[in-house]
Amino acid sequence: MAIDTRVAPKIKHHDEEYKVIGTRPIRHDGLEKVTGEARYGSDINLPGQLHGKVLRSPHAHARIVSIDASRAEALDGVSAVITSADLPDPGDKLTTGGEAPGLPVKFKSANMLARGKVHYHGHAVAAVAAANPHIAAEALKLIDVEYEVLDPVLEVWDAMKPDAPVIIEDLYTAKADGTTGEEPSNVAAEMLYEVGDVDAGFAEADLVVDREFTFGVVHQGYIETHNATANWLKDGHLHVWCSSQGAFTIRQELADLLNHPITKIHVVPMEIGGGFGGKTTAYLEPLAALLSQQTGHPVKMAMDRADVLKATGPTPGGYVRVKMGVTNDGMITAGYANLAFDAGGYPGSVVGAGCRCVFAPYNMPSAKVEGFDVVVNKPKTHAYRAPGATHAEFASETVVDEICRTLDIDPVEFRLKNSAKEGDWQLAQPPYPRIGHIECMEAARDSAQWQTPLETAPGKKRGRGIASGFWFNIGFTSSVIAKLNSDGSVTLLEGSTDIGGTRTSVAMQFAETLGIPVEDVDPIVADTDSVGQTDVTGGSRVTFATGLAAHNAANDMKDQIAEGLADLWDVAADAITHADGTFSANGKSASVREAAELLEEEGVFPIGKNTVTPTREGGAFAVHIADVEVDEETGKVEILRYTAVQDAGVAIYPPYVEGQMQGGVVQGVGWALNEEYVYDDDGHLLNASLLDYRMPTALDVPNIETIIVEVPNPGHPYGVRGVGEVPIVPPPAAVANAIHDATGLRMSHLPMSPPRVQAALAAQA
Amino acid sequence: MRAIQYAAPSTVEDAVAILAEHGSDARMLAGGTDLIVQVREDARDTGVFVDAKKIPELMELSVNADGSTTLGAAVPCHQLYNDAHFTATYPAVTDAARIIGSTGIQGRASVGGNLCNSGPAGDTIPPLIVHSAVCNIAGPDGERTVAVEDFCTAPGRNVLADGELLVSLTLPKPPAGSGSHYLRFIPRNEMDIAVVGAGAWLQLDGDTITAARTGLGAVAPTPLFVQAAGDALVGMTADEDAFAVAADIARDAASPIDDMRGTIAHRKQLSYVLTQRALRGAKARAQGGSPTNGH
Repeated sequence: MAIDTRVAPKIKHHDEEYKVIGTRPIRHDGLEKVTGEARYGSDINLPGQLHGKVLRSPHAHARIVSIDASRAEALDGVSAVITSADLPDPGDKLTTGGEAPGLPVKFKSANMLARGKVHYHGHAVAAVAAANPHIAAEALKLIDVEYEVLDPVLEVWDAMKPDAPVIIEDLYTAKADGTTGEEPSNVAAEMLYEVGDVDAGFAEADLVVDREFTFGVVHQGYIETHNATANWLKDGHLHVWCSSQGAFTIRQELADLLNHPITKIHVVPMEIGGGFGGKTTAYLEPLAALLSQQTGHPVKMAMDRADVLKATGPTPGGYVRVKMGVTNDGMITAGYANLAFDAGGYPGSVVGAGCRCVFAPYNMPSAKVEGFDVVVNKPKTHAYRAPGATHAEFASETVVDEICRTLDIDPVEFRLKNSAKEGDWQLAQPPYPRIGHIECMEAARDSAQWQTPLETAPGKKRGRGIASGFWFNIGFTSSVIAKLNSDGSVTLLEGSTDIGGTRTSVAMQFAETLGIPVEDVDPIVADTDSVGQTDVTGGSRVTFATGLAAHNAANDMKDQIAEGLADLWDVAADAITHADGTFSANGKSASVREAAELLEEEGVFPIGKNTVTPTREGGAFAVHIADVEVDEETGKVEILRYTAVQDAGVAIYPPYVEGQMQGGVVQGVGWALNEEYVYDDDGHLLNASLLDYRMPTALDVPNIETIIVEVPNPGHPYGVRGVGEVPIVPPPAAVANAIHDATGLRMSHLPMSPPRVQAALAAQA
Repeated sequence: MRAIQYAAPSTVEDAVAILAEHGSDARMLAGGTDLIVQVREDARDTGVFVDAKKIPELMELSVNADGSTTLGAAVPCHQLYNDAHFTATYPAVTDAARIIGSTGIQGRASVGGNLCNSGPAGDTIPPLIVHSAVCNIAGPDGERTVAVEDFCTAPGRNVLADGELLVSLTLPKPPAGSGSHYLRFIPRNEMDIAVVGAGAWLQLDGDTITAARTGLGAVAPTPLFVQAAGDALVGMTADEDAFAVAADIARDAASPIDDMRGTIAHRKQLSYVLTQRALRGAKARAQGGSPTNGH
């Protein structure tokens, strides 16, 4: 067996040496995954289970006049049909879990099953449970829904017009100053962030560049479709098996939506086939639960690909305007940005996150950022890997590139001169802690790609682009329970769905702290009854926060071992030292394994535990370089070479970090070049398949070179920064800047698809 | 839930009888890479699947006494590009066979199935057109032949009447000094449907074009035989000026629509560019070389 032992370059800005951290052990879940033994949601099959399916709206915007399910209910093999009438009225309750708490439950409930109106093509209207999936599908055709079709509003700039049809009749704008709008509006919320005196800043500028950008809707494109199996027992206990980024969040949503006590809800996280922010909320779980309650049988549901694309939460399309002022010697004096993101059919887009990120790589004396959360007739949008940051920084990094070209300043030098660093302001946040943007930029400058002139080819338009990216990362709550077994091994229970290999990166931090080999730790993703509160796997937070909980739990276990040994050795517990996994006092010593055996004889079984809500997540920066070739005759852009540089704080498990960097680039390149939802004028989604929603294939991306930079996060004992999200941020801007270098074109819409590039080339000629 | 029927006749006669009995409810099943997907997605309502693969004439790939080739309607793509004679003789057809779907799909998908699916973007159809293929059709009233460029009538529709099936295609032996090429434009590099496809076939006498045919896919309700482009080339020197003339005619012949796969303007432009590139490739092959455009 040939093992690839290549080790990508790593640039350390610290002197720490670790035994486990930074090594490349075999991943704990590797064998199960490659042999197919790992269990995913679709592997759950319960005795007597029924199969559920969802009837979806054929219209983008319509009033539901009536639903008559009698023909479906009469079909042999159909056990139940549910509509929004079967969901409890949520009243004025607000959501508490997930990535965006504080939204009215009534919107989430209406998104689950349309209440009175459908807000987008594919909106769930009813669900059936039947003896098998075929009968369920047949039953859907027998549900008679009468619609009064309304004019759809598809783009934010149309939805924001005063005369636009209002989608939610009782929605009033939450203004930035805390007041509420007087007329119903599609603008759910406005936000405003200001630092310094922007007017003075622009007045000082020698050059002001002011550009507008627009975006199509994109989907996360996880391969596993949503699925859920629910079993509602007679005593009210509800068991749910599902594919989700957070079992505790699903539990909370079930409690909110079904008005059911949280103690009676048990959610089992199955292995997950990708999420990227799109599996942070429930879609099928409440429906399967309701159908199970009504039928007295377990109910299994799964989406097909078209369901996923039509009716889950893609990330917004929308509008970003960026204006930046600079002096002739290349110092930024002011920045202004205006972001309007589509929330989809109900309020709550990721525009706030975009606002925070738009100018994040730079220190500028003044900035003003306005954000608008806008309801349109598209699926309720959700997070996607650094949500909002990619849109925002595509705009600002393109403007920065234009400034550099206009002033004839090297783009690396410009970014180094203006870079944000420790102590500089962040929008709506405390000043930056130690961050690594400068270190990433220097590493990019020194990289093999940047140092190698772009090879020209006769008749080919080639160019190189560079772009920075920032994502703030998230802390949230994580729990770990670690049990010391009598052989010295440790069973580690955690609540974080393992998407990016976090079982191993969490176990490695535990092993480092306790001083044992990582192979002695067995990490298990536990259900909601078996481990403490743990929020979604999102915000690049698991290796940071759950890793911190593991570190703390290892220290807790260490203390308990020391106390046990103190009794045995007849010394004070604090007289026992711990180094390299060995406990010592008074000439006596014991390894963790020996201690476990000694304590077993005494009936002592240490359980280390910790629940933590850390807030010092540090920020993550990335710098990417793209070389492209543009086919002038067809508008097709080929990626020739790509380097991704990223500050990982400290890379716990470098192959996962490199994998996240490469995966982010692949998704970012897809977003840059081809991915988008295509709608007709009536708001029908036309490309709800992976044939026509064009994600990159293996032939569309070159090998992606990675450089890990380590500037430790002072907010974590091992210096961890989240790594999963920021690598999707720079690719669209890096590719756009490369296209400009190749052709002189400034593309202002994502994706920069062949027809758009070709049209722009034709207009240029 | 609906029960379906599956039939596996071993003769053309039996197949015709089954098709005639069930009319439009029956459909020939070759590789199934279009049909099964369409039925599963409710895009087509088929009750009787008639398997083509047990009928010897539909699985035949052979060279006839006059040098022409008989290509059974259900012969899978992979068999073509693994056949040295076929690949050398009808390179545009194998260009297409290599790029339909993935390797796995090519193990099942057939040229005949691609033709009978009659999609405007069917990759094998422009190559069959430039190679002057003829469709051999069997039905309740006996056999008939139709030129391949006359086979498709509208998106998803063709000249086959109820009870009729495509048995095979006859591809004439190309004359010496000729070559062909097919290529398509897709936004990605694999696993996609042609935004525009273009095929070209040239016969050369020295540098002079003595015969030429070009075809386009995905720019009209059916794949197009752009006869005027080929006719214009006859007698011209096979150079960039000539190819530009033909490409201009191809662009004018294209009448594409705006849809999720492309725009009118882009498809017009691609009709020009791909015709030009297909002609360059055909010329290279006619001269014993190979195309440099890739696909």
